[in-house]
Amino acid sequence: MIIQPLTALSDTSAVLCTLLVFMVPMACAGLALVNTGLGRSRSSAHAMLSSLCVLSIASIVYVVLGFSVQGMSGSPAHALVMGGKVWNWIAAEPVFLRGLRFDFSPASLTLLLQIFSVGLAALIPLSSGADRWRLGGACVSTVLLAGWTYPLFAHWVWGGGWLAQLGVNYGLGSGFVDGGGSGTIQVVGGLTALSITWILRPRSGKYSRGGPAAAIPAHNIVLVLLGCLFAWLGWLGLNCAGAILFSNVDPSRVILIAVNTTLSAATSGLMATAVTRIRFRRPDASLVANGWMAGLVASSAGAAFMKPAAGILVGAVAGILVPFAIDVLETRLGVDDAGGAVSVHSIAGLWGLCSVAALSDLGTQSGSHGQWLAQLVGVATLLGFVLPLTYGLNWLVNTVYRQRVDVEGEWRGMDLHELGSGAYPEFVVHSDDFIQS
Amino acid sequence: MKLAGILLLVAGWAIVLSAIVLLPAPVGRAVFVLAGIAVELLGLALMVSSHLVLNADKG
Repeated sequence: MIIQPLTALSDTSAVLCTLLVFMVPMACAGLALVNTGLGRSRSSAHAMLSSLCVLSIASIVYVVLGFSVQGMSGSPAHALVMGGKVWNWIAAEPVFLRGLRFDFSPASLTLLLQIFSVGLAALIPLSSGADRWRLGGACVSTVLLAGWTYPLFAHWVWGGGWLAQLGVNYGLGSGFVDGGGSGTIQVVGGLTALSITWILRPRSGKYSRGGPAAAIPAHNIVLVLLGCLFAWLGWLGLNCAGAILFSNVDPSRVILIAVNTTLSAATSGLMATAVTRIRFRRPDASLVANGWMAGLVASSAGAAFMKPAAGILVGAVAGILVPFAIDVLETRLGVDDAGGAVSVHSIAGLWGLCSVAALSDLGTQSGSHGQWLAQLVGVATLLGFVLPLTYGLNWLVNTVYRQRVDVEGEWRGMDLHELGSGAYPEFVVHSDDFIQS
Repeated sequence: MKLAGILLLVAGWAIVLSAIVLLPAPVGRAVFVLAGIAVELLGLALMVSSHLVLNADKG
């Protein structure tokens, strides 16, 4: 089945789609709360302010430059001809949205959804850089993400680019399918988070020579769990609006998409509860929250094309995978990712992309092993192009503008060091976790 | 080691793209796509281990 680009929406569909897009900022709010709650109390105001700054910069940069790189399916683009096939690499839209009509057209709704989506992607690395990433560094990194990395990959997937055309050009199923952004939003953000943890290096006191990794617990688990509930609402809008605008799904399927999104998150959260209950004899609230978020992330790619039973399976795998991935990354691979963003967004996102081939109606059609290949080419592009690109860009930024706060700033906390006041001034902040014997 | 990891990531992607463009047979194409992803995983492992060494040096 070849997915045709969306050219027009009926009035009812346009209104429905607009309402769904308006729900997406709840996902940003939820993720900001999760990131803040999972960090230290002495950096919590900084984390929340960073979220606001990052969202602001992402939206402005995307409007000024990003949308001209991403474009829309069917709009002007630069293409190469390789092996007799057209490879659409980058959009050729004018900068600053010139020529775009702000009405209920698919183009204007796509722009609005993408402004929120790029903000969501930009929030993800904040979690992995918690307690040590300077506000200026986060802002500069966001400019690169929103202006280049995200829109370029989004063009390939959602703007009629070569990944979307794999089905038409090479007979690979429906081409690379990512309805709600498991890869385009979550994995891109997650791989940027991985780059940031590598560039910033671990927090002081996290790892000691020969000893185990120190546990630095979440400072406010209520914020984290509240964030999960906000994110649920936002993801409903994201998955439904994305499927309508990018996969040309009939608007009547929003019920199925909402059911699958909810089932995936619910199953993933429950599986994470069971896993942590078995491993630690009691449920770990922060890992359960990560499990819930992983279920939402994994559901995005194929929620529009799956039966509810498949949605449950998607969530179950994500809920088992993510707690183990967080553990391995933290304790064995030296990735100090305070909020588990790399596992939740990269690993669950990659699983979500694979689940389109393994479990969706697109992948299980007879003779559609091509869908597997299309999804694997997308995964390979994320690992082989997006990761080196985002790592290289952030490394370059770090060579001219040091992104990590100095030792003194880390010891005092990001709130006092960069903002001059703490989030909870009436509380005593303990700093003995920095004293090494 | 870090640079070698990045180069392997990009090389793996190049193998995948080449397989799509140059190999029309489904089996050959699938084998080379999987080989490209395997090369990428090797590059990722090099990246991870290079940063482990950096962290250990820092103490």
